[in-house]
Amino acid sequence: MTIAGLDFGVIQRALPFLLEGLALSFFLTAVAMLGGIVLGLALAVVRLSGWKVAAILAAGYVNGFRAIPLVLVIFWFYFLVPLALGHSVGALQSVIIAFILFEAAYYSEIFRAGLKSIRPGQWQAAYASGLVYFQALRFVILPQALRNMMPLMITQAVVLFQDTSLVYVISLRDFMTSVSIVANRDNRQIETYLFAALVYFVVCAIGVASAKRLSAPGRAA
Amino acid sequence: MIKASTPAFRSPVEIVQITPAARAAATDSGHSNPMVAISGLYKSYGGFEVLKGCNLVVDRGEVVVICGPSGSGKSTLIKCMNGLQPFDRGSLAVDGVAVGDRVSDMTRLRARIGMVFQHFELYPHLTVLQNICLAQVHVLKRSKGDAQAKARALLARVGLPDKERAYPAQLSGGQQQRVAIARALAMDPVAMLFDEPTSALDPEMIGEVLAVMLELARDGMTMIVVTHEMGFARKAADRVVFMDRGAIVETAPTKQFFDAPRAERAQLFLSRILSH
Amino acid sequence: MNYSWNWSILIQQPYLGWLISGLELTLVISLSAWVLALIAGTLVGVVGTLPHRLPRALAVIYVGLFRNVPLLLQLFLWFFVVPELVPGGWGHWLKRDLPFPEFWTSILALGLFTSARVAVQVGSGITAVSRAQRMAAFASGMSVAQTYRLVLLPQAFRIVLPPLTSDFLTVFKNSSLALTIGVFELTAQSRQIESFTFQGFEAFTAATLVYLVIALLVTFFMRALERRVSLPDSMGAAS
Repeated sequence: MTIAGLDFGVIQRALPFLLEGLALSFFLTAVAMLGGIVLGLALAVVRLSGWKVAAILAAGYVNGFRAIPLVLVIFWFYFLVPLALGHSVGALQSVIIAFILFEAAYYSEIFRAGLKSIRPGQWQAAYASGLVYFQALRFVILPQALRNMMPLMITQAVVLFQDTSLVYVISLRDFMTSVSIVANRDNRQIETYLFAALVYFVVCAIGVASAKRLSAPGRAA
Repeated sequence: MIKASTPAFRSPVEIVQITPAARAAATDSGHSNPMVAISGLYKSYGGFEVLKGCNLVVDRGEVVVICGPSGSGKSTLIKCMNGLQPFDRGSLAVDGVAVGDRVSDMTRLRARIGMVFQHFELYPHLTVLQNICLAQVHVLKRSKGDAQAKARALLARVGLPDKERAYPAQLSGGQQQRVAIARALAMDPVAMLFDEPTSALDPEMIGEVLAVMLELARDGMTMIVVTHEMGFARKAADRVVFMDRGAIVETAPTKQFFDAPRAERAQLFLSRILSH
Repeated sequence: MNYSWNWSILIQQPYLGWLISGLELTLVISLSAWVLALIAGTLVGVVGTLPHRLPRALAVIYVGLFRNVPLLLQLFLWFFVVPELVPGGWGHWLKRDLPFPEFWTSILALGLFTSARVAVQVGSGITAVSRAQRMAAFASGMSVAQTYRLVLLPQAFRIVLPPLTSDFLTVFKNSSLALTIGVFELTAQSRQIESFTFQGFEAFTAATLVYLVIALLVTFFMRALERRVSLPDSMGAAS
């Protein structure tokens, strides 16, 4: 199929290959999100608790990971994981670890802001009735905070989906890498990259729109 | 007071019928087993001394009103009583438990003391019924059925029997505060602390909340109330405590405080607040 | 874990030289892209707050395009696709005669990508300045341009200085993507050192430390800037 002199048949023919790559991108996003949210929540809770030493360590972790490029983190773990385990490891495994640890730092900041935004009076009311820290967190604070943070968490997921394209630097075959493979193999950069841009745009636009819908005012508490 | 003479020989000591008030009158620090015993309480916050050596004893069944200009430390003092605010020096015992003790003791103490806040602090994501049941179930380990039955009874008592499925945002300020009182009462507390319970209410709703508090006082609840509502103090309080700039300036039985306050600052405060 | 440590490679040539030249490229690309982002982003941000529907829609489309496509892909589009699509003479020049095309492309791609974020910040800063300010300016006879320049933008920038700091930091991190089109910036150089010496720990630690120092310096500088320009009692919720 040709449009304006560009041969989009290249994409038609490569579609199965590209879709496999897209599936890997989604998979990476999901795994990194789940791991990142769990670890990020733990980090935020530790930072807001009273354990000074743990809070400082958590803060160091979060600020450290947020100051360095994701590409560098990917290189770090691509090099470090096989070394630590003593045997060679697939690119996917080391990248998953890299992404989870990296995203946790960003999710932790979202959670920390969300938890802090709950009025201190709510903590006091919970304590005053005899609840302990973790009970207050679980029954009073988190339910309110999660509701407020949902739009931010979805936006972060969209950013994460875009970040997965960086596995290109270790040639892991996600959507971005697959697209570039096809582009170079068939020497059709224009069509393939434009197609890739369209796909990313659609997916991300849907994500951003759902985040906007959730943060629309007038939602019942 | 009943005089009883000894049969065999005359004792120089009169044996008297002992009431708490008589005991208090007869001896210096004449309270035994008080609800709250505060001695020499100091607290600083960021280099600023908020509490400067406060002493206060509150007996069981007493209703004490704490008043004073803003910044006098009233809120801080009451929040020290259930451990929400730590203090730097001094001793504080509530219902026999020394505050500042082990965390587990503090938690159990808080379950026995109810607190009502200036901004109600109902949990916005839970219904009225769920608000009242939450601590009952998770702290007192009551069954859901028992907790709900108690909640409904208390809602009826504060005059809101049909609001159990409403969310706090759907209630007026006065209604929210009454629910907050019910929430605190659901724990069957031995004492209730009130931190300016009507200060955030529109004038027409203050009455409904004070009515509930008056009833509580008449039923014999030990209450410590930080408030500007002098009408309530006159009707319900046994004693009035006047604080200014971190210190307890005057403590007197209600009638005496209003008729003839001794401290000059208290006189000034009263004249300002009553001239409205 | 059997690994032979050798931290001395970091102070040996040619590795030290590689790190330094990598750092130079990182700094130049990041700062140039940031300047481009500020200019373009402020323009788009202002346009997005104008009272007419068409400019606002254009601003929304601009931001949507640059924020919903990954930076890596944008880099490839500018580097591989645009020179082909651009009419005759220009395309020729872009492909043959422009010296260091990967360098200029990196700055352009990074700058425009970041400009979308800056546009969102500036837009929200302008809307945060109260409508009353805008009306007061108009009432005293100022034109739209004057209102923006003298009243709205100065206040808007103060308001969004904290989130802009984070975008500034992100530019330095995103500059690492230039390595995919052959720019040997800091991260690329550390990878080079790793593949030449197998001393990955040392190489990556060096790069990590440099990025951490950059982050500290940028944060320190921006906080000092915040304090210097802050209006009394308007430090907002951030502090």
